[in-house]
Amino acid sequence: MNSKMPNPSGNVCPLPIMEHTHVVLGHGSGGKLMAELIHELFLPAFRNEYLERLDDQAVVAAGGARLAFTTDSYVVTPIFFPGGDIGRLAVNGTVNDLAMSGARPLYLAAAFILEEGLAMDDLRRVVESMRAAAREAEVLLVTGDTKVVNRGDADQVFITTTGIGVMEKPVEISAGRARPGDRVLLSGHVGDHGMAILSKRENLEFEGAIESDTAPLHGLVAAMLEASYDIHCLRDPTRGGLAITLTEFAAASKVGIELIESQIPVREAVRGACEILGLDPLYVANEGKLAAVVAPQAAQRVLDAMRAHPLGRDACIIGEVVAEHPRMVIMKTGIGGSRIVDTLFGEQLPRIC
Amino acid sequence: MKYVDEYRSAELAGTLRAEVRRLQTHPWVVMEVCGGQTHSIVRHGVDQLLPEGLELVHGPGCPVCVTPLELIDQAHFIARQPEVIFCSFGDMLRVPGSDADLSGLRSQGAEVRVVYSPLDCLKLARSNPGRQVVFFAVGFETTAPANAMAVWRARQDGIQNFSMLVSHVLVPPALEAIMQSPENRVQAFLGPGHVCAVMGYREYEPLSERYRVPIVITGFEPLDLLEGILMAVKQLEEGRAAVENQYARVVSRDGNAPAKELVSRVFQVCDRKWRGIGMIPRSGYRLRQEFAAYDAERLFAAGEIRTAEPAVCISGEILRGVKKPHDCPAFGVQCSPQHPLGATMVSAEGACAAYYRYGRRAERAPQRHEAHQVHKGNS
Repeated sequence: MNSKMPNPSGNVCPLPIMEHTHVVLGHGSGGKLMAELIHELFLPAFRNEYLERLDDQAVVAAGGARLAFTTDSYVVTPIFFPGGDIGRLAVNGTVNDLAMSGARPLYLAAAFILEEGLAMDDLRRVVESMRAAAREAEVLLVTGDTKVVNRGDADQVFITTTGIGVMEKPVEISAGRARPGDRVLLSGHVGDHGMAILSKRENLEFEGAIESDTAPLHGLVAAMLEASYDIHCLRDPTRGGLAITLTEFAAASKVGIELIESQIPVREAVRGACEILGLDPLYVANEGKLAAVVAPQAAQRVLDAMRAHPLGRDACIIGEVVAEHPRMVIMKTGIGGSRIVDTLFGEQLPRIC
Repeated sequence: MKYVDEYRSAELAGTLRAEVRRLQTHPWVVMEVCGGQTHSIVRHGVDQLLPEGLELVHGPGCPVCVTPLELIDQAHFIARQPEVIFCSFGDMLRVPGSDADLSGLRSQGAEVRVVYSPLDCLKLARSNPGRQVVFFAVGFETTAPANAMAVWRARQDGIQNFSMLVSHVLVPPALEAIMQSPENRVQAFLGPGHVCAVMGYREYEPLSERYRVPIVITGFEPLDLLEGILMAVKQLEEGRAAVENQYARVVSRDGNAPAKELVSRVFQVCDRKWRGIGMIPRSGYRLRQEFAAYDAERLFAAGEIRTAEPAVCISGEILRGVKKPHDCPAFGVQCSPQHPLGATMVSAEGACAAYYRYGRRAERAPQRHEAHQVHKGNS
């Protein structure tokens, strides 16, 4: 980036600007580094009208049907964690990406990259868990692929799942459809998955175990669409958390979003763990939650439908779409101040003290 | 959350705010010393609750920000050695040296690990007997006891493949440097709560007396900060200058005696360079001679690496409280956390990063928000 960044005269800063000649972990964080990679490398290479929407799935027409189509790779470590495992995640994650378009998920393909030396029992556990998850999500795993790599060339098991669903309802749900006046709905507590993984990975023990929230959300979405078709945006806030999902809505729709901090549910144990590690729960990953932007007249009906569903019991309205401060998410803080909720640049790094 | 929500009550914040407004008759400039305080102020919007003319400026208390380029280059030199497992707290990963940052080095094959405690490095050293485990000991007095403990334990347990690159800095000499500066604007300090939890506040008393400056040792929750500000304003309005302790639930006058004892056995006070401020005499720690075997700077001859600090940067003026982040024309334009031009933008505790992340692109942003709060009504 050196060429783009002349030093302003009189303010020569002591640090050079970084250009990444190699991929760093931040490129996969869901933050700005990743957005840069997508916009500067992938999008120019493959540009088309579907990809340009930058949704987590594409809705395409084929043979008279509208189909939702998506893919996702799962590389989580540890592969078993409180509340789930990589297999369950691989099914639910792709099911959720399909569901967020309003589609009914139908079929999955799964590709396994196995590291030489992986315990066969562990692989069996993962596969058994995928079988159970697919049954719960009402999808069939219809094709797949298996590769084995040398020890050290992968970490135990990586799974890529690809999914197809059918659009049965005349809905058009996309990050770019938020309008001023719309309400922002959240299906439950944020930060559970990310903190469950982090606590397990770092052997941190917190009062009250934190479990991943991994769950298939297609049933919840179906219940919401039963209540109203006026759902404009829908996304499961995985990597980068709620904050990134909402900043993406604001950017794609060219609107502002206002949040009320006190309305956003965060579990006690998750808040505690985040306080200790210096993380912000708004940026922590979820695997069984969704954020929705809904037309104002439909918001209460959709909220009631969510609360009637087991995966949306703690749903609430957390904010509103506004015409002011386009592309910016502003949150009213608990003590009555306000702050901007910004995109993260890379990984969220724990503070020193 | 228990023991936290009590310190974030909107109602009590309103009471404290009203009291500050009632007391204040003059414009005052108050510096919060610690980066954690800056972060909390901006995250919760504490500064927006203050009356006109009461200005908060941000102090040098972000360890990442004040670590000189030279030391970062030394760290990178060590991290590049093939036998080294280089351990650091997360903040340091993205701080660029002359030609790389630690996360970039990792992508090029260096083994760089984020740890939550220096004691984790001892475990790593034990399980990797063929490697040299080096910990980058950055921080103020707050992190010194745990770092001292790691070295102490290593010696006790006979661990020989562990060492530490020490870059410890001390708060009181930095406050003194600020007060001595001819361009100083600071009239009162919110003292660093965590640092004083370890060190106590006795050593701030001569400073307060000598420079006739109120120092209120303050915590990190919004109500702590508001109360600390109130106590500072009260002193200023009454023309007093004393050390007062807002953070009494954590801080005592003498601090944590066993921790201080351990620190003084392992470390000794030395001169240190501060980024943006320069050399401050007796402003840091280094390992005592008897722990030289654990001194990574010596083991890797890293002290021979000398990097000249480039021309004067606004981050130095920000660290001294002379300027604010948006006084810099590059702020939010060429300089963002994604592409930091200065250390104050890199660390989460850096003033520029806190401003950027929590929305201080321009001074007017909060007012604009308040204005449309009104028409929003109940949603």
